[in-house]
Amino acid sequence: MTALSFTLVVLTLSALAGFLGALTGLGGGVIVVPALTLALGVDMKYAIGASLVSVIATSSGAASAYVRDGFSNIRIGMFLEIATTLGAVAGAFLASRVGTHTLAIVFGLMLLQAAYLSFKGISNDRVSTESDALAARLRLGGSYPVDGTRQPYGVRHVPSGFAMMFGAGILSGLLGIGSGAVKVVAMDRIMRIPFKVSTTTSNFMIGVTAAASAGLYFSHSYIDPRVAMPVMLGVLIGSLLGARVLVHSRVKTLRVVFGVVILALAIEMIASGITGKI
Amino acid sequence: MDDRRLETIIGRLLRAGVLLAAATVFTGAMLYLTQHHGEPAKYHTFVAGGADIRTVSGIVLSASHGDSKAIIQLGLLLLVLTPIARVAVAGVGFLLERDRLYAVVSLIVLLILAFSLLHAT
Repeated sequence: MTALSFTLVVLTLSALAGFLGALTGLGGGVIVVPALTLALGVDMKYAIGASLVSVIATSSGAASAYVRDGFSNIRIGMFLEIATTLGAVAGAFLASRVGTHTLAIVFGLMLLQAAYLSFKGISNDRVSTESDALAARLRLGGSYPVDGTRQPYGVRHVPSGFAMMFGAGILSGLLGIGSGAVKVVAMDRIMRIPFKVSTTTSNFMIGVTAAASAGLYFSHSYIDPRVAMPVMLGVLIGSLLGARVLVHSRVKTLRVVFGVVILALAIEMIASGITGKI
Repeated sequence: MDDRRLETIIGRLLRAGVLLAAATVFTGAMLYLTQHHGEPAKYHTFVAGGADIRTVSGIVLSASHGDSKAIIQLGLLLLVLTPIARVAVAGVGFLLERDRLYAVVSLIVLLILAFSLLHAT
């Protein structure tokens, strides 16, 4: 394959991954890495490096649209970013210590979890208006728009949520992904933050988390311009298009289809890791 | 300065950063494809690159000499700096709101980000 055809193939695949990632809310990284490694035989380290920069592009590119709607909570985001960035630095260190096969297997396991979440759906209705003691001292509670008025909400279980965010950061730094699904679970399920606030705040946090691994990724030269360039541009274009279509599509059916694809990729990824193909 | 206004400013900043980064990457991409389109693309085995794509000073130096790969890296570096700038702006915003707690929280996040980026210098 020549550099030109490689660039065009990766650009197309990445645009598709970004589109589906935005539509399902799982992000482009979970498809880009398997597509590069399984379909094109690209080394895992180039793939996670390229995925990491595409994650930053998607997160920052979508942020202004989310802000306008007034759902995201800047204090929750900033406070939990202490945990995710620490985790991301640890994860990026870890990525340079473990072998490619191990990375592939861990990636496969993460995909299994993502597939499980797409079948099950993540949401909780038990929003409470009162924060517990620690969340109140940190002033994490806020309000979000519901039917034209602003509905107040409280935040709970800060230590558990913080710990899970550290885990999300490790996963992000180790695999070059946004790990948005884990962040949403931490906020929505554990901390009882309304779903819409959780997803938009998670999107904000993804870029900062990924930026914390980027320095180490650059110094290990995982970010190769020849691979990262088509991935970054492709995922960015795809996700911006996906965000436009999102309003009109039937998300539930889509999530199930996406779940099946991810499940297949997960099995392939784990098998390749075990047999040493990756 | 209230939280809503702060978030709007940050949203715009992020968008501008991404656009600037994407434009830089695109410029480097055009140059790269013009010069290297026929080269074989071999990425089956990982080989670490040189300072011109690994360190901040190397990237800036090579990009200033018009090296296409370094220009792409410069764009990617700008992209990484975008969320870091967001944390800094939020920190200043919290200071203006006289919210000392969250100004300190922002500073902690900024220090962690700086620690990581220092590895690439």
